[in-house]
Amino acid sequence: MGRKGIKPADTIDYLSILDEDGNLDAGLEPEIPAETHLKMLRSMLLGRRFDERMLDLQRQGRIGTFPPIKGQEAAQIGSVIVLRDSDWLVPSFRETAAEIMRGRSMESVLLYYNGFNEGTIIADRQKDLPLSVPVASQVLHAVGLGWAAKYRKTDEVVMTFFGDGATSEGDFHEGMNCAAVYQAPVVFVCQNNQWAISVPLSRQTHSKTLAQKALAYGMPGIQVDGNDILAVHAATKEAVDRARNGGGPTFIECVTYRIMMHTTSDDPKKYRSEEEVECWKRRDPLIRYRNYLAKKSILSDKQLSTLEEEIKQEIQAAVDRAEKHMQELGNPLDMFDHLYADLPPHLRKQKEALTEELAGNQGEAHHG
Amino acid sequence: MAKMTMVEALNLALRQEMQKDDSVVLLGQDIGPDGGVFRVTDNLFAEFGGDRVVDTPLAESSIIGMSVGMAIYGLKPVCEIQFSGFIYQGFHQLENHAARMRWRTRSRLTVPMVMRAPYGGGVRALEHHSESREAYWAHTPGLKMVIPSGPRNARALLVSAIRDPDPVIFYEAKALYRSFREEVPEKEETLPIGKANIVRAGGDLTIISYGAMLRPALEAADLLEQKDKVAAEVIDLLTLSPLDEELLVASVKKTGRAVVVHEAPRSFGAGAEIVARLMEGCFYYLEAPIERVTGFDTIIPYFSREKSYLPGAERIAQAARRTLKN
Repeated sequence: MGRKGIKPADTIDYLSILDEDGNLDAGLEPEIPAETHLKMLRSMLLGRRFDERMLDLQRQGRIGTFPPIKGQEAAQIGSVIVLRDSDWLVPSFRETAAEIMRGRSMESVLLYYNGFNEGTIIADRQKDLPLSVPVASQVLHAVGLGWAAKYRKTDEVVMTFFGDGATSEGDFHEGMNCAAVYQAPVVFVCQNNQWAISVPLSRQTHSKTLAQKALAYGMPGIQVDGNDILAVHAATKEAVDRARNGGGPTFIECVTYRIMMHTTSDDPKKYRSEEEVECWKRRDPLIRYRNYLAKKSILSDKQLSTLEEEIKQEIQAAVDRAEKHMQELGNPLDMFDHLYADLPPHLRKQKEALTEELAGNQGEAHHG
Repeated sequence: MAKMTMVEALNLALRQEMQKDDSVVLLGQDIGPDGGVFRVTDNLFAEFGGDRVVDTPLAESSIIGMSVGMAIYGLKPVCEIQFSGFIYQGFHQLENHAARMRWRTRSRLTVPMVMRAPYGGGVRALEHHSESREAYWAHTPGLKMVIPSGPRNARALLVSAIRDPDPVIFYEAKALYRSFREEVPEKEETLPIGKANIVRAGGDLTIISYGAMLRPALEAADLLEQKDKVAAEVIDLLTLSPLDEELLVASVKKTGRAVVVHEAPRSFGAGAEIVARLMEGCFYYLEAPIERVTGFDTIIPYFSREKSYLPGAERIAQAARRTLKN
């Protein structure tokens, strides 16, 4: 009887290894082979340049609306690099860099944002889910995949991405809860980019951190500097290793910033200050990482300019391929395909009606 | 052959499919040691263990959303939502994901899951436990919607649903769970999804129904035969989507008259779609306007008033007589 305190769990950590001024915590610096470093840098750079190119294409009317990722490259690449090909990525919609690193082609991204279903086909080499637009809903698929991977006694790990806004959705909480209950091998990566369209984090939650939400579900949670690729890498590696070894799920909050608009249809000047954006630009994850690699003599200026040129050409080739491919696609009759394993009779009829309409026989099609 | 209730027949279907295929896993609330609140999963926990008969947290979106992930992985999850009135907290998982993953990925990823749920009135249940909202699922491209009408077809259809490569919503009428028994063979039986069944042949009019309303439809056919000397053909839809339009149209071409019966609200319900298909398919064969006998466009009343809400044999017979007058 009586009233006494229950200490629910421990604290959560905040992890920062390489800060915005280039200071390094050498004690925490992860041991990453030079080759991996270059791979990560390349993916970050490609993610950045492709994002910039897509913005140009969108402004030229050559693709439709898309959500830019600029500024969030470290949170994406630092985490996805830890996955194996046999693992699963369950993305939200602002993980283009991560998806490309996992094997999605830039061409597929361009097709998707230009309104072609072919852009949500998962490449054969990719064991991932396509991007998910309804916020947080994909989190439960990750838990289902993780449950199944455990049921089949594999060592596969599932990594799912979502934003700060998603932590207000029921599916986020349900997913965290279920993953913990079943000790499913799932790593929850939150890209806390401070803004859900126009709503700031302070309107999403009254919690001091998002990471602390993990504690309520009985799983480890950690907040990392999401613009510090070393911190992201260290935290996700720990989480992925734990999940792979049967230690259950982890929640990682990557504190980062959405430098650009929510999507190309949005104008952030309406709701946030230029000063704030400028302040975050100084924390650019790419510049920070580049300087670190230069200091470690992993990356020379010459290497960097070669890399930039390579990437530029790669992007151009992808744009050319996509634009050529788009001309061959777009048969409206394809909308009927793949709805079911076998097209049911009523849909066959509808497909026939559209076929006739497209052939210019609509007059006849309506005479039953 | 054993005489079984629908609950026992569904249990048989689950048990045999689980014995045959270890990718079949069940998940839902209270389906483990408790065997489900209606006992459809009775004894399955003991036979297959907690890895395959999985009690979940009390969260419908989790149950459905996890099933989507499990199905994409390659399992065949059969999830149970305790009452169909609670599906809405997971509605988006069906609409946004289960129904469209195949379409989105051009068949690279598929969702061969079954969502089972009890539906409908007539068992003096609590609020939110008696709705009949099958139209939602029949309206959603990418889903299949199956509603059996008795133990034997429930068993066969559930087996087919589990083996179906696409997501199937499987509604079980609570009013039929234990109301009668039928011979159900131990030996495997399936029924094709998308095919309706003529349960009683007749040439004077066609009564179309499904689920728990099939019985009053058959009783109405008896009344019409005895009192009016009228031979009604009774069709049991079994699958709402995709609808077996061919069978319906052929029957109404023959009889020229039709009554559609369901307990769901009338407006925008399955009946509206069926009437439209008949208009498109056999307008020139019709001798009279098609009648609908349905639930009213109200919330289904608490059980003291539900008897007046639910279509019964007499109401169906009256509608049939109206079509015969012309």
